[in-house]
Amino acid sequence: MAVCIAVIAKENYPLYIRSTPTENELKFHYMVHTSLDVVDEKISAMAKALVDQRELYLDLLYPTEDYKVYGYVTNSKVKFVMVVDSSNTALRDNEIRSMFRKLHNSYTDVMCNPFYNPGDRIQSRWALLPVSASSPGGPYFLCPHPVQVGPAFCVLLPSLCRTCLAILVAKMQPFGK
Amino acid sequence: MSPTQWDLPVELCCRPMAFVTLTGLDVVYNAVHRAVWDAFCANRRADRVPISFKVLPGDHEYPKCRPKRTSYEWYIPKGILKTGWMNKHLNLVPALVVVFYELDWDEPQWKEKQSECATRVEIVRQSLQGRNTKVAVVLIQKKTPLPPGEDVIASERAAALCNACELSGKSLFVLPHTDHLVGYIIRLENAFYEHAQTYYYTEIRRVKSHKEFLNKTTHQLLFVRHQFKIAFFSELKQDTQNALKNYRTAYNLVHELRAHETNILEIKTMAGFINYKICRLCFQHNTPLDAIAQFRKHIDLCKKKIGSAELSFEHAAWMSKQFQAFGDLFDEAIKLGLTAIQTQNPGFYYQQAAYYAQERKQLAKSLCNHEASIMYPNPDPLETQTGVLDFYGQRSWRQGILSFDLSDPEKEKVGVLAIQLKERNVAHSEIIITLLSNAVAQFKKYKCPRMKSHLMVQMGEEYYYAKDYTKALKLLDYVMCDYRSEGWWTLLTSILTTALKCSYLMAQLKDYITYSLELLGRASTLKDDQKSRIEKNLINVLMNESPDPEPDCDIFAVKTAQKLWADRISLAGSNIFTIGVQDFVPFVQCKAKFHAPSFHVDVPVEFDIYLKADCPHPIRFSKLCVSFNNQEYNQFCVIEEASKANEVLENPTQGKMCLVPGKTRKLLFKFVAKTEDVGKKIEITSVDLALGNETGRCVVLNWQGGGGDAASSQEALQAARSFKRRPKLPDNEVHWDSIIIQASTMIISRVPNISVHLRHEPPALTNEMYCLVVTVQSHEKTQIRDVKLTAGLKPGQDANLTQKTHVTLHGTELCDESYPALLTDIPVGDLHPGEQLEKMLYVRCGTVGSRMFLVYVSYLINITAEEKEIVCKCHKDETVTIETVFPFDVAVKFVSTKFEHLERVYADIPFLLMTDLLSASPWALTVVSSELQLAPSMTTVDQLESQVDNVVLQTGESASECFCLRCPSLGNVEGGVATGHYIISWKRTSAMENIPVIRTVITLPHVIVENIPLHVNADLPSFGRVRESLPVKYHLQNKTDFVQDVEISVEPSDAFMFSGLKQIRLRILPGTEQEMLYNFYPLMAGYQQLPSLNINLLRFPNFTNQLLRRFIPTSIFVKVKLKNFLLFKFKVLKTNRLLFHVHFTEQYFETNSDSFAFYSMYLAVLLFISIKLLFIESNFKDLYFLR
Repeated sequence: MAVCIAVIAKENYPLYIRSTPTENELKFHYMVHTSLDVVDEKISAMAKALVDQRELYLDLLYPTEDYKVYGYVTNSKVKFVMVVDSSNTALRDNEIRSMFRKLHNSYTDVMCNPFYNPGDRIQSRWALLPVSASSPGGPYFLCPHPVQVGPAFCVLLPSLCRTCLAILVAKMQPFGK
Repeated sequence: MSPTQWDLPVELCCRPMAFVTLTGLDVVYNAVHRAVWDAFCANRRADRVPISFKVLPGDHEYPKCRPKRTSYEWYIPKGILKTGWMNKHLNLVPALVVVFYELDWDEPQWKEKQSECATRVEIVRQSLQGRNTKVAVVLIQKKTPLPPGEDVIASERAAALCNACELSGKSLFVLPHTDHLVGYIIRLENAFYEHAQTYYYTEIRRVKSHKEFLNKTTHQLLFVRHQFKIAFFSELKQDTQNALKNYRTAYNLVHELRAHETNILEIKTMAGFINYKICRLCFQHNTPLDAIAQFRKHIDLCKKKIGSAELSFEHAAWMSKQFQAFGDLFDEAIKLGLTAIQTQNPGFYYQQAAYYAQERKQLAKSLCNHEASIMYPNPDPLETQTGVLDFYGQRSWRQGILSFDLSDPEKEKVGVLAIQLKERNVAHSEIIITLLSNAVAQFKKYKCPRMKSHLMVQMGEEYYYAKDYTKALKLLDYVMCDYRSEGWWTLLTSILTTALKCSYLMAQLKDYITYSLELLGRASTLKDDQKSRIEKNLINVLMNESPDPEPDCDIFAVKTAQKLWADRISLAGSNIFTIGVQDFVPFVQCKAKFHAPSFHVDVPVEFDIYLKADCPHPIRFSKLCVSFNNQEYNQFCVIEEASKANEVLENPTQGKMCLVPGKTRKLLFKFVAKTEDVGKKIEITSVDLALGNETGRCVVLNWQGGGGDAASSQEALQAARSFKRRPKLPDNEVHWDSIIIQASTMIISRVPNISVHLRHEPPALTNEMYCLVVTVQSHEKTQIRDVKLTAGLKPGQDANLTQKTHVTLHGTELCDESYPALLTDIPVGDLHPGEQLEKMLYVRCGTVGSRMFLVYVSYLINITAEEKEIVCKCHKDETVTIETVFPFDVAVKFVSTKFEHLERVYADIPFLLMTDLLSASPWALTVVSSELQLAPSMTTVDQLESQVDNVVLQTGESASECFCLRCPSLGNVEGGVATGHYIISWKRTSAMENIPVIRTVITLPHVIVENIPLHVNADLPSFGRVRESLPVKYHLQNKTDFVQDVEISVEPSDAFMFSGLKQIRLRILPGTEQEMLYNFYPLMAGYQQLPSLNINLLRFPNFTNQLLRRFIPTSIFVKVKLKNFLLFKFKVLKTNRLLFHVHFTEQYFETNSDSFAFYSMYLAVLLFISIKLLFIESNFKDLYFLR
């Protein structure tokens, strides 16, 4: 389980940043922000490589005394940063990779959400956090609305929260009539 | 900074070098000795052997050697490593003592000197009692020694001296004091180094020999100690590989020690020392990864060994020191050539050191918060008798006590208290800031700008804690923009909050206001209650009152701050602050938007200023002014409300000067542009919004251009990208995001209300005075003045056109080169409403092709706009493209008098010049006259008068002229002979009388002139009649200077009978002519071949009959007599079966003859007959058919 997850826009401003020990949120913000130095450096080194061979996973960015910071960059230069407790030996490279892949899927879901405007900050308090190696795969409910209750129950539109769903239903009514 | 308890000892950090003492040198008074000493110690570069030298007197007392222990059985060590041990072996106990003695081999008093030397050696030996230290003797000699083996006395005496001093031969050296001193010294040094290595080798063996006596239960500490000593001696021996191996063993042994609260500090201290040595050696061996791995292992092992909870800050301090020391080692290695990378550089270690230093500060703060009444214990438990500890890492009040039980709890308590009280006096912030700035320097080097910013924030915060607010603000302000530009609002807010505290505590007005503005803005992530508090404070400050203190500030600092604020309030002056917003994100947003991208000068310029506040409560501003690039407009765009100071809070939602949070406020401005600005851009250079007023304090927010702050460009981009539908708002409200800044507009001239028409008859003809009639009619409501016309070739076309086009107003005279292509600003006068004027322009185009002509009419008109009288300059332009064509084509040809085409003319023989003028103009042309100007080489045969005067030519019609010319013999002229010019004077038929005639000059082609020997011309009537005599006379002219023999013959022809000389041979003298007369009698009618005349010149065989034919006619038209003709005709008709008609007409025609009337009658009758015949014939056909 990661202690902090961040999605950073192409322009390097945070789209989403959430940490589990909420009391020292600022520390994680700084940690994620400073890790962008390494991300930038890795991306610029990567730009020279061929497009096909490009690896999205950026590996360990840098270790600190207590945490390990991992990075991942999508093709559209959106960066994912994950902070993991150093003492957590259960998380190896493979687990981290799969967590990033899940996070990427969740992010894609957010982008697919018709109510989300690319580049806006993702405001859901809830989103993305259940990312861990052990958590069952499946949809992560991401939407621009702060989610009040758990996941939406709609099977067809798994990436929508209730608010989104309600709006969508309201919009669809005229077509029904 | 003086060394603290936590700094590593100097003797640990230095590079151990063999210690050699030099005795018997008087470096103060003896110049030779001084030189020797200098050669030893000066200029010790890396290529010299690693020895540290020291000059000591011969009778120096070296540290006493402890009596050798025979058994370790009852020995219990009191600690791991004595504090003095390393220093002892580095600086006190030499590996070698060298005795210098001045003695030459040929010394006369050899015996005495030898014994004195022996005594000296003995004294040294005495003071080194028990040590394995080597002794060597160096003889300083004045003479250069002879090569070994040659000086018999020398070898004898050397052996004797060795004997006397009890030295081996290897320990006796000779130092001749000559030119090559340094060379000798280096050789000596190398010899000393060998001795020293032997010494340390024996020392290692000695320590190792103790090992076997030790047992694991009681001598655990000794295992570490001995291992450390072996490693240290190896280092002194410069055997770094073995040293590293032994240190590693020692390190493992340290961690095998039984740790307890009482000895944990000692263990950590030793572990730290050994770790330092290992890392240092690893870097030295260029294996940095080993060093890093060792350090990580060290930290992992020691991290949890906190020891006493009451003194946990000591652990943090120790940790901090470990990281710092490693960072220093790393940095040193980099300076020696190691390359570090972004993710592995000393900066991380300094940063971690700073982190532990901060933790130390925190722990110290919580553990050392004793009340002021508690006094430092007396006697000082931290004092020892010697002033230093016996063993590294032990407590001063219980040195050498190994028991884990605390024998004296009271004493322990006092000791802990003393340490805590001492910790309180440590300048933690100073330590932290030093470490952070070290880290900053490193991260700057390794391209980590964000890490650098983060550390600078930490530094700033540390300065804040250290109450150095000026420095804190400087640092925070420096990094703030990085976070702002990247949009990390959470971090920015946190930094701003600290900065606001600093500025509050310093009572820095401008900074305080700036930070408040931003903390209230949309970039701030503060909660609403916090924002309310800040807004209230801001309003207080604007009303010249003190703000409430910021939360979580030091109470004492707040008190001083309040005093400072009170001083600020009482101070008069400089209460207006202008703050540029482009570098931050204030709580008021501004956008300026012109209603249109351009305005006509007679229409007022309108624009809106949109304002939006993001603060929690409504706020009132006092003044808004807009500045333009033309400052004259500034006065029209000011909103000001005279309000009392306290009105900032009253009636908050009323009036247009009040900004309600979240609502967009629109302010409309209007002004009339100056006529001088027509064609210029009006730009909003800045918008100033004043909060507060002059009586209190006033803050002017200054937006450059049409608004926008540090965050708005990104927001605009995001808004543009968004496809969200915005909910509907009431009519007078707009969505903030949908407003797009438009900060400039163009002023364009008023729309003209006149009509300009052009009347002309295209195309233009080359060189003619082409008439262009411009009609200007005013549709304005008032009189227009100063109407000016600019007309002519539109500028910007081919430069050649400009030279070949001329414009004039006067059509009565032809333009020449001096006329311009464009007539500018022709004053036309004034025009009343509806009035119309016409102006004629004449254009002369010298070349064909199309040209663009511009007609530009400008005028002035008085207009009232927004109750202001302005004079507008309007203009209207018309462009017309006119094609220019040649008016006519002139074809010229030379023909013979027989109208046969001539390629060349013959000298002195008349020929015809035919001109053919084909009109190409679509309009009728009048050829006024034509003129042939002959070249001097040509002469005319008859009059050269024009045959086409006043001929009117429609399109496609042509006018031809024919001139008979002759070219006198000129001899052979290359390229032909010039003929002359053909000049046509013409004009359009439609052109008015006074339009001048255009003369078009056509250069006639050159003609090739050839001489011929004989010219024949015939003299005969224009036609003949059948059976009537036809006299023909041939004139034969000899054109040469010779007598010509001519053979003439006439060939008979079917059509003629003739009389005359049929064949003759005659002679013609030069320049004379011969006549030949024939009488032809035509037999047949029609165009008939004359009997051909053949002439043969004997001298000129190429004078052929072909050539002859050119000059004389070959045929003639022979007419019939009318009666004969008709008879013939009727014969034809008779064959067509209608005899009775024919007879009738035959009768009729016989009676009348020879008259035109008759002839035409005949034709009519003939026609009648033909029709009749056809009619009858057809009847017959029918009849025949019926049968």
